[in-house]
Amino acid sequence: MKNRTHAPAIETVAISKIYGSGNTEVVALRDASMKIERGEVVALLGPSGSGKSTLLSAIGLINPPTKGQIKIDGKVVMDGPKSFVDLQRYRRERLGFIFQKSNLIPFLSALENVLISLSISGVEGRPAKRRAMELLDSLGVADRAKNLPAALSGGQQQRVAVARALANKPSLLLADEPTAALDSKLGRQVMELFREIGHENQAGVLVVTHDQRALDVFDRTMYLEDGVLAEHEVSPKTN
Amino acid sequence: MNLAIRDVRHNLGRFALTAVGLGLLLMIVMGMGGIYKGIEEDAVLLIDELDADIWIVQNETRGPFAELSRLASSVEDRAWTVPGVSNARRFITHTVQREHQGRSIRISIVGLSWPGDQGHWLPIISGRTLSQGHFEMVADQTLGLAVGERVTLGKDSYRVVGVTQNMISSGGDGLAFLTVSDALAVQFDSTGEATRLERAARQGRAEHTDLVQSQPGMLERASLPAGMIPALGSSTVSAIMVNLKPGVDPARVQSVMEGWADVTVYTAEDQRQLLLQGPVDRARRQIGLFRVLLVAISAIIMSLILYTMTLDKVHDIALLKLMGAKDRVVIGLVLQEAFLLGGIAYGIAYLIGERLFPFFPRRVIVTTDMLIWLAFAVAVICVVGSLLGIRKAMSVSPNEVLS
Ligand SMILES: Nc1ncnc2c1ncn2[C@@H]1O[C@H](COP(=O)(O)OP(=O)(O)OP(=O)(O)O)[C@@H](O)[C@H]1O
Ligand SMILES: [Mg+2]
Repeated sequence: MKNRTHAPAIETVAISKIYGSGNTEVVALRDASMKIERGEVVALLGPSGSGKSTLLSAIGLINPPTKGQIKIDGKVVMDGPKSFVDLQRYRRERLGFIFQKSNLIPFLSALENVLISLSISGVEGRPAKRRAMELLDSLGVADRAKNLPAALSGGQQQRVAVARALANKPSLLLADEPTAALDSKLGRQVMELFREIGHENQAGVLVVTHDQRALDVFDRTMYLEDGVLAEHEVSPKTN
Repeated sequence: MNLAIRDVRHNLGRFALTAVGLGLLLMIVMGMGGIYKGIEEDAVLLIDELDADIWIVQNETRGPFAELSRLASSVEDRAWTVPGVSNARRFITHTVQREHQGRSIRISIVGLSWPGDQGHWLPIISGRTLSQGHFEMVADQTLGLAVGERVTLGKDSYRVVGVTQNMISSGGDGLAFLTVSDALAVQFDSTGEATRLERAARQGRAEHTDLVQSQPGMLERASLPAGMIPALGSSTVSAIMVNLKPGVDPARVQSVMEGWADVTVYTAEDQRQLLLQGPVDRARRQIGLFRVLLVAISAIIMSLILYTMTLDKVHDIALLKLMGAKDRVVIGLVLQEAFLLGGIAYGIAYLIGERLFPFFPRRVIVTTDMLIWLAFAVAVICVVGSLLGIRKAMSVSPNEVLS
């Protein structure tokens, strides 16, 4: 299991995704190959409709590619639409997700939203509660633990969502426009949080964003256009 | 952590309303079973309380509880002569509907063989049994008559001297117990002119019968009220009840009496079975079908509410699946909500029913068996009702978090 830390958190080998068929066919991804090491925090940029969400959901094992391989911690988990592992289990044990909004279950309190993720991973009782409170505390929302999501501000909701995504100590954190609903100051704070988390937990982090101003937070930036992936080796801080 | 309870708490208003609706429906299911049980018990109760070993009824009929039975009251005298008989009583029953103090009451009149039977076996809750041969009655409480009240039936008025509990005819009417002769007087009440003509005719008949030779007093009595001269004229009763001496085989006495061409003879058990298989059985099937329909409706309502509750949670279910929740977590969520709904509805049905059923005009008897049956039915409803929701929940893909 130790060698897992040496393999990239995620790697895709020429994955393509085609939606529909015939006249309505849309090629959302074309031979996209990329790799994120553990502890690496990467931004994914691209115009609307360029395939960012498609790539993220393919990596997240919720939207299988039409062809190409997905490797997690060095192991091929998908080849085209075929899966080689229990995807639910992989998501449970290795992946964390954060979306633009509605990340939380509305009928559970902030604390319970974190607890449910732990419970799904088999952590229950006192240890679960302690870990959940630690997470909420480290994200600065411990005082709102008992509140339902509807009673939290957008930024607080996203922090709870981050806490929830981190609960199972994922090796890969996937975030799709997590700051779109936040003002730029708060957005930047959340991005910095991702950076810290990635570095501290030795987790790979992939964040889809439109926010050019926060790009300096990331180790690396990838760019998608019309389903084609390109690397920005230079930090586009000057954009 | 229980997701179902938290979701329910979040949708409390809708959930509570559905639970109440479903509860009322289940209460009706429960009540209908209770009504049937009540009919059955009421029907059998009178037969049991009358405590006859053998019933002699009109030839080829199924007895006064199933249909109209009329036979000459003189059969009583014949019954006395059969070896092994310890007692024979006349039984008469008929239903009247009368205005009483501005309201209409249906009374099922039962004649007691005064003075042999004064109604000591009646389940009296206030007052006393009959203590004189005329113009007294013991009434069931469902008739709403109080001790001391007077009720006019026919030409005479009868004073209520006692009130019974649970004495109800198979038709659901409260029973009133009069002496047989009073009961006959009520039954054959006619206008003064009709009575005068009948008495004259009866005297004419009496003059031409041999009975007058052996019983000279009969001629004088021929012009008295019909109820007072059992051997003459139109004096008929509904049945004769016979009791046997200890150790006498009812079947033997039955076979002797069956030799008489004008009657049919049943044992008490036969009479019970006839009653249960006849009118009561039809009521049972009728009510049973209604219950099946109501159970089906309950299942449909349950399906509907669970399905919409699941639809509302599609995003949350997708989120759970995204987090890698196993199928049973999601199935458990829907199923637990179903059972929560079913359980609360059952409780509501029980609690409301318990308070409401005593006010029903007929007895509603809810037995433990019935409660168990209903609990089982509710469990089936819960499972069936959640199938649609579970199917929807299973078809949710984690992808839907994105939409
Ligand atoms: N379920 C689908 N069925 C058909 N086409 C789809 C589907 N999902 C996405 N597409 C198409 O695939 C392409 C890429 O979509 P995707 O959502 O990945 O873009 P995106 O980069 O995330 O855009 P945005 O920045 O607006 O979120 C688009 O042309 C979109 O219309
Ligand atoms: Mg997108």
